[in-house]
Amino acid sequence: MGLVTATADRSTIRNFTEPLALIGAITASGFRRFATYRQATFASLTTNIMFGFLRTYVLLAVAGGGVVAGYSGPQLLTYVWTGQGLLGVVMLWGWSDLADRIRSGDIVTDLLRPIHPVVNYLAADLGRGGYAMIFRFFPAVLCGALFFDIYLPAEAITYPLFALSVLLAIVICFGCRYLVNASAYWLLDMRGVNMLWLFMSGLMSGLYFPIRFLPDWAAALLWFGTPGPSFLQAPMDVLIERDPLPVRVGMIGVQVFWAVLMLWLCRVVQRRAERRLVIQGG
Amino acid sequence: MKVIETRELRKEFIVRTRKGRFRRAKKVVAAVDGVSLAIERGEMVGYLGPNGAGKSTTLKMLTGVLTPTSGGVQVCGFMPVPQRLKLARRIGVVFGQRSTLWWDLPLRDSFELLRHVYRVPPAEHAARLQKCRDLLELDAFIETPVRQLSLGQRMRGELTSALLHGPEILFLDEPTIGLDVVSKQAVREFLAELGGRGDTTIVLTTHDLADIERLCRRIVVIDHGRVVHDGSIDALHARYGSRRRVIADLDEPLAAAIDLPGTRLESTTGLRMTFSIDGSTSVGPLVSLLASSGKLRDLTIAEPEIEDVIARLYQSEGGRERSRAA
Amino acid sequence: MYAKLIGAQGRGQASYRVSFWLDLAGTTVVVGADLISVLVIFSRVPVLAGFTLKETIVLFGLALMSFSVADLLVGNIERIRTYVRLGTLDTVMIRPLGVLAQLLCLDVGFRRVGRILYSGTVLGIALWVAGVQWTPSKVVLLVVAPLAGAAFFCGFFVATSTVAFWWIESGEIANSLTYGGRDFTSYPITVYSGWFRKIFAFGLGFAFVAYYPGLVLLGKADPLGGPPWLGWLSPLVSAAVVALAAFIWRFGVRHYRSTGS
Repeated sequence: MGLVTATADRSTIRNFTEPLALIGAITASGFRRFATYRQATFASLTTNIMFGFLRTYVLLAVAGGGVVAGYSGPQLLTYVWTGQGLLGVVMLWGWSDLADRIRSGDIVTDLLRPIHPVVNYLAADLGRGGYAMIFRFFPAVLCGALFFDIYLPAEAITYPLFALSVLLAIVICFGCRYLVNASAYWLLDMRGVNMLWLFMSGLMSGLYFPIRFLPDWAAALLWFGTPGPSFLQAPMDVLIERDPLPVRVGMIGVQVFWAVLMLWLCRVVQRRAERRLVIQGG
Repeated sequence: MKVIETRELRKEFIVRTRKGRFRRAKKVVAAVDGVSLAIERGEMVGYLGPNGAGKSTTLKMLTGVLTPTSGGVQVCGFMPVPQRLKLARRIGVVFGQRSTLWWDLPLRDSFELLRHVYRVPPAEHAARLQKCRDLLELDAFIETPVRQLSLGQRMRGELTSALLHGPEILFLDEPTIGLDVVSKQAVREFLAELGGRGDTTIVLTTHDLADIERLCRRIVVIDHGRVVHDGSIDALHARYGSRRRVIADLDEPLAAAIDLPGTRLESTTGLRMTFSIDGSTSVGPLVSLLASSGKLRDLTIAEPEIEDVIARLYQSEGGRERSRAA
Repeated sequence: MYAKLIGAQGRGQASYRVSFWLDLAGTTVVVGADLISVLVIFSRVPVLAGFTLKETIVLFGLALMSFSVADLLVGNIERIRTYVRLGTLDTVMIRPLGVLAQLLCLDVGFRRVGRILYSGTVLGIALWVAGVQWTPSKVVLLVVAPLAGAAFFCGFFVATSTVAFWWIESGEIANSLTYGGRDFTSYPITVYSGWFRKIFAFGLGFAFVAYYPGLVLLGKADPLGGPPWLGWLSPLVSAAVVALAAFIWRFGVRHYRSTGS
């Protein structure tokens, strides 16, 4: 069968292309996996649409035809519907793959593979995000556009910036979810930590209300002190064009900061967890 | 060339038990208590032990998932824990009760992903995959999502996935558990052929003694964290005094009782007499005695059952452990 | 019998110590998010669709109270889709107890008690701050309205969950109606407009959970021009919903029994 591995040297080019191909393959697998969940995607979309309507009316009543915190009525509508659409893309809630595998012990198979767990899960999540972009973001925004008068971006630069912002948002939110799940390494049951995450992620990300509705000091605290706005409010603000270009680029800069920080934290926590797992077993 | 080597491997766990309402007592339990093994390249080793004996713990230490409390271990020339990622490329692991495949995707996708994960050159990967597809008959279900596969199909998929990168060692943890007879046969034949070629070392942990009999020339029996036997099956029989049985069907009862060294009459049921012979004694004298009586109609010689041996081994070790603890 | 089931569940839950307390605290805190949202919104406008913050919080409290009580009583019904999918509903059905009753006892969430306490506090503070002029009839309404609202939500939970008997994956859509409904009732219905308001407030009857009783308690005239006695209609509306839900439930169980899917 010729099963012994060839111990030939790998050229440096292959050292570069092989990991990229690997990440690409895992990303594609994440996309395909979620493509099999058609019914669940549809169900989630209906929830998004329901809440889209509810929030639309409330914010329209708030705007009352004028401008609130720098947002016009139509801009608030875009905020609501892109928010509901992005909810599925960044996957704020409902991810427990890692914690489930830790509890069942299946995490062992992950550790036996020659790939870093954070890279593995991140790549799959990006695939998932891509799928959600197509099947949850666009339908939601479309629904909002059909029933209401939403604001459409005027500048051409906004669209690529938005795409970049969404990508960063997915990474940041993934990092947070990974850490919440990783608490299962110590607590075995992440439900409690998850509750705190549910609370904080909704409030601090700009899901329930635009961050700018808060007093300036509070908004600044959230933007610079927590990853919250960076994984939801940021792409929305970039798209809505409430601020001039430099400010929006600055938001993306803050996102980059949080993305790097969260991934670094994931690496640290994973190493700690593995050491504990490896020393204490169980 | 030793491909696995352990010296006095120990793993202790701290178990917290309730003592009264508020206090917790800490007890140190040695799951693995001084295991020394040396496995050469190309060997097929069966790793046996009762539940809780330390088999999985040993396996985890060999693959780098668990750090030993003390003792030395080297696998493929690597130290498993610090060099786990490097070691991972050289070994394949198959779990009977866990899946290493991607659950929601077709089997073929898992194989393709593994090619990337293990960085297998496409030609090698394709060649091995083709061989496995032929030998294990994967074509019927290679496009089916893994979660829809039967256990037998899944196990064949797991075996394939563990071998696609050409590992030096294949670890199998209860691979035939829960499989139907046909699937078990398929898996055993596959492993036998694989091991027969001599370039892959196979370490098989199992409760199924038929697997052992078919596949392993050498078995290591572990109990209470210690190796109680390390050698061939025949050596096991010899050591534990396995008895062969001779079952004679007669036309009439024998005139005189049979009295031969190492031979014992176990039971007489009608015209059937069952004798048990000590491991080292030849059956020759008994058979000729029976034949010369003129009353012999039929004769069966039954080889010692490995189940008996293992069961007795566990029991005797258990007794020894109890007296040790007492 | 039911009490024993509940007790066993309670002990089972309490064994995950740290996580349990985090869970309890967390749940109580998750609901706070909605309240904070209302506060933040009102920090931007003094009056929303003709209602002040104090008035809106009363409605919010009423809605939350009804929902929390309903959640405690029948919240586990949403598990039915899991049981149907896993086939464990059969084990429930062979026991000599009512199916519905068993399902509900299967996992009593102590966290839900926390939510009731929390919503009671919010409602109490809201009523006090709003300066309600208490009359005996208003006190009666204060007791009746949340209970009627709870019954309303109970009926809604059961009815929407029963769809799982036919369509296993319907769970989340059912949730969007019930949780969406709760969100709907947290704000005065004057916020909504057009066909959306017509369907939810009147077609499905959500306006009777908090809006109309709330108007009576606040002594406020209905900006939509409805008569004040509408606030007393909530028990009737709830009774209708419950009756409908019971019918749907029985129909669903009978369907399951016959198809055994």
